[in-house]
Amino acid sequence: MSGNMNLTLRIWRQKSAKANGQLVTYPVKGISPDMSFLEMFDVLNEELINKGEEPIAFDHDCREGICGACSMFINGQPHGPKKGVTTCQLHMRSFKDGDTIVVEPWRAAAFPVIKDLTVDRAAFDRIIAKGGFISVNTGNAQDANNIPIPKTDADLSFNAAACIGCGACVATCKNSSAMLFVSAKISQLALLPQGQVERIARAKNMVAQMDEEGFGSCTNTGACEVECPKEISLENIARMNREYFMANIKE
Amino acid sequence: MSKLDSKIPEGNLEEKWSKYKASCALVNPANKRSLEIIVVGSGLAGASAAASLAELGYKVKVFCFQDSARRAHSIAAQGGINAAKNYQNDGDSTYRLFYDTIKGGDYRAREGNVYRLAEVSANIIDQCVAQGVPLAREYGGMLSNRSFGGTQVQRTFYAAGQTGQQLLLGAYSGLQRQVGLGTVEMLARHEMLEVVTIEGKARGIIARDLVTGKLERHFGHAVLLCTGGYGNVFYLSTNAMGCNVTAAWKAHKKGAFFGNPCFTQIHPTCIPVSGDHQSKLTLMSESLRNDGRIWVPKKAGDVRKANEIPEEERDYYLERRYPAFGNLVPRDVASRAAKERCDAGFGVGTSKMAVFLDFKSAIERYGHNQAVKLGVQNPTAAQLKDFGKQVVEEKYGNLFEMYEQITGENPYEVAMRIYPAVHYTMGGLWVDYNLMTTVPGLYCLGEANFSDHGANRLGASALMQGLADGYFVLPYTIGAYLSKEISVKAISTDHEAFGIAEKAVQGQIDKFFAIKGTKSVDHFHKKLGKIMWDKCGMARNEKGLNEAILEIRQLREEFWKDVRVPGTNNELNPELEKAFRVADFLELGELMCMDALNRSESCGGHFREESQTEEGEALRNDDKFSYVSAWENKGDGKYELHKEELIFDVVHPSARSYK
Repeated sequence: MSGNMNLTLRIWRQKSAKANGQLVTYPVKGISPDMSFLEMFDVLNEELINKGEEPIAFDHDCREGICGACSMFINGQPHGPKKGVTTCQLHMRSFKDGDTIVVEPWRAAAFPVIKDLTVDRAAFDRIIAKGGFISVNTGNAQDANNIPIPKTDADLSFNAAACIGCGACVATCKNSSAMLFVSAKISQLALLPQGQVERIARAKNMVAQMDEEGFGSCTNTGACEVECPKEISLENIARMNREYFMANIKE
Repeated sequence: MSKLDSKIPEGNLEEKWSKYKASCALVNPANKRSLEIIVVGSGLAGASAAASLAELGYKVKVFCFQDSARRAHSIAAQGGINAAKNYQNDGDSTYRLFYDTIKGGDYRAREGNVYRLAEVSANIIDQCVAQGVPLAREYGGMLSNRSFGGTQVQRTFYAAGQTGQQLLLGAYSGLQRQVGLGTVEMLARHEMLEVVTIEGKARGIIARDLVTGKLERHFGHAVLLCTGGYGNVFYLSTNAMGCNVTAAWKAHKKGAFFGNPCFTQIHPTCIPVSGDHQSKLTLMSESLRNDGRIWVPKKAGDVRKANEIPEEERDYYLERRYPAFGNLVPRDVASRAAKERCDAGFGVGTSKMAVFLDFKSAIERYGHNQAVKLGVQNPTAAQLKDFGKQVVEEKYGNLFEMYEQITGENPYEVAMRIYPAVHYTMGGLWVDYNLMTTVPGLYCLGEANFSDHGANRLGASALMQGLADGYFVLPYTIGAYLSKEISVKAISTDHEAFGIAEKAVQGQIDKFFAIKGTKSVDHFHKKLGKIMWDKCGMARNEKGLNEAILEIRQLREEFWKDVRVPGTNNELNPELEKAFRVADFLELGELMCMDALNRSESCGGHFREESQTEEGEALRNDDKFSYVSAWENKGDGKYELHKEELIFDVVHPSARSYK
């Protein structure tokens, strides 16, 4: 049951990290509005393979908006035009027959391109390794209901923890700042009683690693919050600034 | 005849694990520092095991094919995690969780393993909360619970519809902490393609760096496979696109027996297929069955919209057939019941292969509750609906959004349409009580092993098993093996066994590129998926399975003659990655059909049409099939079946009834 949308795609092709890249035009035909954006890429890739050309490399995995792997910059917006969704949840019904769609990789110094639309986001893992955790070894825990946590705090913490680490916030920021990502983790833990012990070190170490990785500063444009597929709130950045400020005073 | 020793400890069921822990061999801290462990996969089982082992002092290397450990498919689990905490004071206990799991698995799992699982379940919740996992809470600050299929208590802990995400990120944070401390080396974008054995023991792996294409040799005193399930053999499933059987299958070909390969879970509540372009199916959490009611029209071929069909013309078939459990019957039962209604012509939607999942009554019920709570006298119908919607949104908001995103329909206003889809595989590498495969030093954890769910897994039990294996079981049981390995110095990867293994992988890569065929890897994968779904899916019979085996063999032959793998090895090449995975699925699929053919009884998710009751329920044959099928790979597509008899000392297998 293929459809009847015809589109022109302009897609960033780059053979490797060191090679120069360029936008290449591909017409696609017979697209169904029920397809996801990535399924439309499957159709194009199948065509390319059949023609003896190399398919387009892009990161993707769960295709239900939770793993954070997919990362396309579509017509100037990370994850495309629809609010609150990842690229894999974007459906072709969000476009019109005859549209031209430009697809680029995330662009940030800290996210080097590996190939085509695939970028290296390992910087995020390195930031988490500096403090995005509570130091509790397996087996050390007390009964889970021993520390009551107010529902409102638990909910706020959860909202911050919903970050999928896709990097859309960095890609959309004119400074390539990772503040929304880092602040989401710092907030999640700062809001919980379990997170208090390491609060100071966490804020300082994670921010230091963020700077080390070459992410830019935050100038409060708020673009990250607008483009975040999980709608992580800008309030987290305010909370992180407070955490960082307090950490510096206390030491 | 059998080479299988499950190594279940002696003694009463309740004491097996505590006695084991008290008497198993230990490795002292100084020796742990020189013992190296390889962990393949970074999902709940892999991440939790790796972090726990590193905390104990072992040197750990972790591999995952994704770009980050945080992307493992455990992240997509929605509904929750079971634990026998009895926080709700509703009669739960370790024994009851054990019993529900054994019964839910249709008496095809080991008592010893399942009891241990139930026993450690409470520790998991404690551990996760200590890590800062924001599980749902009540206003008093205590943890909240809901119920899942196959149980009559509320023992499921959750974080909205993103429980897997929160638990995985907890385990991932523990893992990253160890990476920061330098005790774990994390190798993302690496895929394991061979197990290296030396003198019969697992001693390392060959992995491909997916960015450069370089084949790497890695040594370990022990190797843990935590690589998830193989549901993608069906092409369309709720699994992530990258989920595969390759690590487990390579291990199988190196001597690890494969347990119960035909036990597949078809999940009842998925969004129906919309067209040929479909690349995957999306699950709607089982938690929706807490409040949603499943129905079809009473009249076959009824084309009216759900809202136009009056109450008395609706058939709430689960409530009708299973009054005791209603909409919360286990997954296998719910899936079969949906198929039965659709096959009989009562299906809805354009494809007629769907049933309704309806929140209308839940919205009304919650609306009334909320009005009372808010003190609103004589609320209007619109107010009631609004109140109800608010409560439903609080509970299931993200799931409803997801549904709307995919289908373009608003589920607060119209009933959802759902249909069963492949979701989980209970089968996997055969392991003993220590989680060791039939290859010494090679362990298998989480969904990748066969151990705890029998022929059907209960909802919210996969997260429980993955974390139980990784946090609380393997860190003990591996000591029993490694305590005998302390004098083994790290073996150089120049050892000839590494050379031979690497050459085998290189040979397969060269072979892929040499074919220069005309059809994409996906072409073959889709064909395989169709054969599996049609003939080894929700219902199976002798004729179909025999046909499927022949068709798969033929397809495999075509694949090796006509597949086209573009590009080169020395670069990021997703088509080459897929080729490796589909090549293994093409072998596994045949074994699944052979296993399904051998097991001529029906049990759990395995439904043989020849073996059913008059009412169409699965009919077990305990006299003939109360065993685990463990298949040995004899090479050249030959397999030998070994049987591990299942012994029930405590629970007496009976007809599984949810009526």
